[in-house]
Amino acid sequence: MYYLKYVLKRILLMLLTFSVIVVICFVLVKLLPNQPAEQFGKDMELILLRREMLGYDKPIIEQFYRFVKLAFQGNFGVGETYKTGNEVWEIFSNRLPFTIVLNVATMIFSVPLGLLLGIFAALKKNKWQDHLISTGVMIFVSVPSFIYAFLVQYILYFKLGWTGAIAEVTNGAWSWMYLKSIIPAILSMSFGTIAGFARYTRAELTEVLTSDFMLLARTKGLTRSQATVRHAMRNAMVPIFPMILGEFLSIMSGSLIIEQIFTIPGVGELYIGAINAQPAPDYNFFMLLTVFYTFLGLAAGIVIDLSYGIIDPRIRMGAK
Amino acid sequence: MNDQFALYRDIPREKFALVGEERAIKDVKFDTKPVGYLRDAFRRFCRNKASVVAGIIILILLLFAVVGPFFGHDTYTEAYQTDVSIVNYQFMAPRLFSPGTGFWDGTKKQEISKNRYDIYLAMEIERNKDIITKVLAERTTEQLGKQSVLYTVRVDTYTSLKTQIMTLTQADYDALQAWQDEHQIQVILPYVDESKAPATKNNPDIWYVSDQKGNAKYDADGNYDPAYKTNGTDNYTSTMRLASDPYNSGNTAGAYRYAKRTGTASSGYNYVVRVDSYNMFCYRYGFEPSFIFGTNERGFDIFTRLAEGARFSFMLAIVVSVINLFIGAIYGAIEGYYGGAADMIMERVSDVLSGVPFMVVTVLFNLHLASKVGIIPALLFAFVLTGWIGMASRVRMQFYRFKNQEYVLAARTLGARDARIMFKHIFPNSLGTIITGSILVIPGVIFSETSLSYLGIINLDSTTMSSVGSMLSTGQACMTTAPHVVLFPALFIALLEISFNLFGNGLRDAFNPSLRGVEE
Repeated sequence: MYYLKYVLKRILLMLLTFSVIVVICFVLVKLLPNQPAEQFGKDMELILLRREMLGYDKPIIEQFYRFVKLAFQGNFGVGETYKTGNEVWEIFSNRLPFTIVLNVATMIFSVPLGLLLGIFAALKKNKWQDHLISTGVMIFVSVPSFIYAFLVQYILYFKLGWTGAIAEVTNGAWSWMYLKSIIPAILSMSFGTIAGFARYTRAELTEVLTSDFMLLARTKGLTRSQATVRHAMRNAMVPIFPMILGEFLSIMSGSLIIEQIFTIPGVGELYIGAINAQPAPDYNFFMLLTVFYTFLGLAAGIVIDLSYGIIDPRIRMGAK
Repeated sequence: MNDQFALYRDIPREKFALVGEERAIKDVKFDTKPVGYLRDAFRRFCRNKASVVAGIIILILLLFAVVGPFFGHDTYTEAYQTDVSIVNYQFMAPRLFSPGTGFWDGTKKQEISKNRYDIYLAMEIERNKDIITKVLAERTTEQLGKQSVLYTVRVDTYTSLKTQIMTLTQADYDALQAWQDEHQIQVILPYVDESKAPATKNNPDIWYVSDQKGNAKYDADGNYDPAYKTNGTDNYTSTMRLASDPYNSGNTAGAYRYAKRTGTASSGYNYVVRVDSYNMFCYRYGFEPSFIFGTNERGFDIFTRLAEGARFSFMLAIVVSVINLFIGAIYGAIEGYYGGAADMIMERVSDVLSGVPFMVVTVLFNLHLASKVGIIPALLFAFVLTGWIGMASRVRMQFYRFKNQEYVLAARTLGARDARIMFKHIFPNSLGTIITGSILVIPGVIFSETSLSYLGIINLDSTTMSSVGSMLSTGQACMTTAPHVVLFPALFIALLEISFNLFGNGLRDAFNPSLRGVEE
């Protein structure tokens, strides 16, 4: 009961924050000169007609009401300067799978590796294996992912010729062809994630391994591996599991540069395209993607906080 | 019961004597120097070798950013803005050691055809410079029944610069000749007769008798047969001539012509000349080309460009860090100290601000402000708008920790005002976190700025300025042909991020008093 109340409170707060951000962004975007609408034809009457049709002549509050009403129907308008005339939502939903596949594949590849490395380092604490892993982690966690992207592209494509330079998208996002072609992208995104998880797991596990209940577990007769798996791992997972969930959501916005480098037609590339469109950025795309990224960011935060309760009954039961 | 004290209960007064009557008892000064918090932190920091090394690397990078731009030759960097011919000097490989050493010497490994190989050999003869520093391998391939030889060689990217054809006015032509005589360097090469070497039209490197494709037709001895122009007027007065030139003073018959004169006497003559790009470089910019990081796709010196980009990044990051520190510290202090409703409202404000994705903030600021205040202030605002939140929450946490401690209560009882308690009593306690936090803001800002300029959301690239991100994005485009263009900016960023991370870790441990003595 306590937990349910807490969840509801958090979700309500998040929705409040979310709407405030959307309002602010909407107003800021509306305050910008909307060039494409102004330049529609040379006929003044046409311009006025179009402005009226799109509701640009109404007060901002009314426009916002209209925006929200249409947004709930999945209508974010049509592209004005970027992908002109195409339904914004349709383009977006076509692009989303590419990003999702990229990120899911990265997570599937890097989380187990990261956890394993972290566990290994923690078990071998202060031995040479630990020092090796820790040093590697330090380097890999610091270097930005696009540096790996250059390296991976240079080695795998230019030097060895094992992979293509860009993503194969003819068969859509849910195809082996696409997955195979984005291996370099997955690799370059993974280095940092693996290192991050390894570091975190090592830190958590070493702390748990030295706690008293581990000693008790060994005293009552468990072998080292039994104690580690049953007692240490479960406790170490309390902060790690939320991190996995959070990382999954926040990595969606992190693949922006990687998508650009490997020309993956995902959401990130759409965002950059909409911003860099000429003669003016496309505000309809921009609004939709702002909503998308904002929601992801906030959702990641809330999922992290709530999953603590899911995995750990002590937190769920609350401070009674 | 207290028998043990019975003995001492009735000691007569006379038996007591004052101890040290002649000496006033005061607090004795410590013989050792007192160790303050900062000094102690510094001491413990120095014990962490990796962090110290990282700190030194950061200092070197900072030094590079500060003094690097001054290492450029002014004549060359000024030419970026006006001189279009600078593009001829693109993709020169990094050179630190003298050519021929095989590493960082301005040479590039290439696999070239027989034709190209012959051209390089001919250029070596004409220019009297080494071009092919090493032949690494030679192989024969067969394609469509035709055999061809491929050479893997190391080519000096400086001396192999393409021969340029340029049109000079009379004054420029004279000045160039005078310079040649003064420095004894052959810049102007004899003009090639297109009827003898037709391929020279597309490839001015060719100076020998050859066919349409530029394959040499050797003379009887198997040497290159010069196809230089020997007729026409060139008004060439310089004493610098090729060794093979049959010219001897007075007798100009059969001598090479060093220019093709166009125009008329009334409108002024123009001279079309073939020039050795390497020596032309010396003439134009007054120094022999040698770039430690090479040149990029526009011919710009990567060393100075990178230093400029780095300087901008550092400056932006430090300014952002300082502003964040001020705003965040004050905001967080008020939040943490007063708590309650004030904290609640202020937390919601920072929640909203931190919820806006950074990319969105930058784009909005860029669209709204860049045209009014310029792109750099707009970027600065964008960084500050959401950047201070981390600092504020850190300070807030520290204030929550310390505000109910006894010494604060004591200060309040003595009548200290809120502001005094906040900044005199509590703030110094959170100094460690704050310093670590504001140092760690710097790599974050540099990373974001690099990402933004890489993605083209902000464009800081111009002839006078550059940013690491735009260098990366232009370098990526030519990664196959000239990997060094992307290598150095990438290396800079990687090195910077690693060192800051290590440095920050060390700093955090050093400022954490609870870790005192742990490492021993």
